[in-house]
Amino acid sequence: MRHGRWRFLLGALVPALVLHVVFVLSPYAQAFYLSLTDWTGVAGAAHYVGAGNYARLGGDTLFLDAVRNNAVMLLVVPAVTIGLGLFLASALHRGGRGSRGGSAYQIVYFFPQLLSLVVIAVLWGFVYNPNTGLLNSGLRAIGLGGLAHSWLAEPRFALVAVMAVLIWSSVGFYVVLFRAAIDAIPLELFEAAKLDGAGDWSSFRHVIFPLLRENVRVAFVYLGIAALDGFAVVQVMTVGPGGPDGATEVIGLSLYRNAFTYGRFGYASAMGVALFFATLTLALLALRSGREERHAL
Amino acid sequence: MNSTTQARPYPNRRTLLKTAVSASIAAPLLGACVTSGGSDDSGAAAEGAPKTADNPLGVKADAPLEVVVFKGGYGDEYATRAEAQYAQKYPQAKIDHKGLQKVGEAMQPRFVAGNPPDVVDNTGAGRLDIATLVAAGQTGDLSDLLDAPALDQPGKKVRDTLLPGVVDDGTFGGKPVALNFTYTVWGLWYSKSFFAERGWQYPKTWAEMLTLCATIKKSGVAPWTYQGKYPEYLNDPLLSMAAKAGGLDLIKAVDNLEPGAWKQPGLVQAATAFAELAGKGYLLAGSEALSHTEAQAAWCQRKAAFIPCGSWLESEQKGVAPAGFDMVLGTVPAGGPSDRLPVTAVQAASSESFLVPTKATNPAGGREYLRILFSKASATAFAQANSTLPAVAGATDGLTLSSGLGSVRDAVTAAGADTFTYRFRTWYAPLAKAVDDATGELANKRISPADWSTRIQKAADALAKDTSVQKYTR
Repeated sequence: MRHGRWRFLLGALVPALVLHVVFVLSPYAQAFYLSLTDWTGVAGAAHYVGAGNYARLGGDTLFLDAVRNNAVMLLVVPAVTIGLGLFLASALHRGGRGSRGGSAYQIVYFFPQLLSLVVIAVLWGFVYNPNTGLLNSGLRAIGLGGLAHSWLAEPRFALVAVMAVLIWSSVGFYVVLFRAAIDAIPLELFEAAKLDGAGDWSSFRHVIFPLLRENVRVAFVYLGIAALDGFAVVQVMTVGPGGPDGATEVIGLSLYRNAFTYGRFGYASAMGVALFFATLTLALLALRSGREERHAL
Repeated sequence: MNSTTQARPYPNRRTLLKTAVSASIAAPLLGACVTSGGSDDSGAAAEGAPKTADNPLGVKADAPLEVVVFKGGYGDEYATRAEAQYAQKYPQAKIDHKGLQKVGEAMQPRFVAGNPPDVVDNTGAGRLDIATLVAAGQTGDLSDLLDAPALDQPGKKVRDTLLPGVVDDGTFGGKPVALNFTYTVWGLWYSKSFFAERGWQYPKTWAEMLTLCATIKKSGVAPWTYQGKYPEYLNDPLLSMAAKAGGLDLIKAVDNLEPGAWKQPGLVQAATAFAELAGKGYLLAGSEALSHTEAQAAWCQRKAAFIPCGSWLESEQKGVAPAGFDMVLGTVPAGGPSDRLPVTAVQAASSESFLVPTKATNPAGGREYLRILFSKASATAFAQANSTLPAVAGATDGLTLSSGLGSVRDAVTAAGADTFTYRFRTWYAPLAKAVDDATGELANKRISPADWSTRIQKAADALAKDTSVQKYTR
């Protein structure tokens, strides 16, 4: 019996493990290896160049632009998305549990999540069109034509415009997530807080926020990873793409261009490996900070 | 709440390092996969048949032929037509035809594995970088094809039937490795009917251009628009103007990455001229953020008088341009009287590049297929079906051409031998990106013409010093 069970377990696990190794782990491993070569992507041969590709990253101004932009996105996108998500979720909660209006809002907020990121980027490209776009037309219609800009073509606004799209497209998901978490908080806690004289802000600050900390932390990890990417929106929407003049360049785009336009797969793999470690570090820091806080409690 | 989460295993420094170490140990083992196909150079090429007058390339009559073409705006009917002709000549040969949209994606693993098809039309948005292919030794020599007799023009070699520059466009390091099927001319487009209605005359010099722009602007139309989302479109007239001023020497200096090449007076003058265009407000507001479709649509709606583009514009605007729009390609105006090239000179280059891979199984058949494809009859049929100029000279003779294609042919005829093209875009893609970015900044008045040439020169110098990039000279 025991023997048969092992056989069954192995039979169930091994095919999946093999597939995982071949299609998930081995590409990762190959990228590590390729990042140490000058592979062009079109030849069977690759020469070992050691850490040369990594040394080159430091002198690549476009890549450094990309790192800077991803860093800005990392600071802004998760914070704003989570802030907005928490605000909207608690506003919906305040509006009443299970009220019909609340769930209608929730569905509307969730809509962008149903669209592919490429579709979102194309649509926002139209919105940002300097002459006929919704944004500038709207500004002109309410007499604020002076605020109209060529959003995607001016370096000071281009990255902001990209981040706005990223935030818009993800905030709905976190509203739903946070709303569910808030609804799971026992009503007694809110009632107790009310009896102690807590207003809306105090019950958010002292009841909702501490109890949602775990969700917020996970959201930070997910949004952080999304902020380190940004490739699809930048590739479809921006000038250049990645422009004007590197203003919206992201690591993913540099990687893609080097691999598929310049035929430098080795160098592109080095970018990919660097990005991999950046993402890993981020996830680790976010999760560890949580553990330390809990120990302190 | 805390009690349940406490026990969850968090990754820490130790597990991270463990993962990284095991990954780096596994890497060389697993990493061998992608690059394993290269070492065997056994050359599975079919034994060629003896070369005869009727079979100048020595095609083995029963060797199968595999043709991969880009099925984009031109479809792939022209390619299948040539295949049918090949099958007629070699009835025993089995022909495998593939019309693809993403040629690069499909062909990359075949090149890596060392079993590419016999003919590849490396074209389209996802094409493989030709310079990379050449540097990797994947493209076969086409010299004997160029020296073979043309299929339907007795007494002529294939190389003599092509438009000026076509052979050079496919030559890398002195070896012809690609043959381009279509011929593209770059210039400034305008609507003949719109200009006639307003009484505007297409300018011959830049001074006339500026005067005309002032008139156009006063009438409430923007003089120029451009495909700002992709600044390379504006590069073409700018670099054409520079080439006319400095002649072929200027172009060679640029392509050969000579020190100070981008500081040549011709280039700085051209940059200054375009900075002036932007400075005087002659560019349609918002152009800098418009995609090619948006800018070209605005031009078709008569919101702007001129737009820079290649000769594909007419077929691209089919259905967008109103009836009677009559678009015409004009050559870039001359900068000044000291220009080294005449005003009729045009920037022209061939594209839609056909290769016969080094590791093709039937290379002789591949070259023979190209000899059929590049025959005059095949090219004429292509021109008729796609209103595009093929790379074969005289292919449009006797055809009734649309307004745009007719103007393109006239421009080529007027230019005669004075066609020119820059090669750095195909040789050094990263330099092309640097030029595009700089021109975008110039047109938006964020850098001066001097900064423009300084920063491109810096990029060119860095490239010249980079030993990992294969260099070409002309």
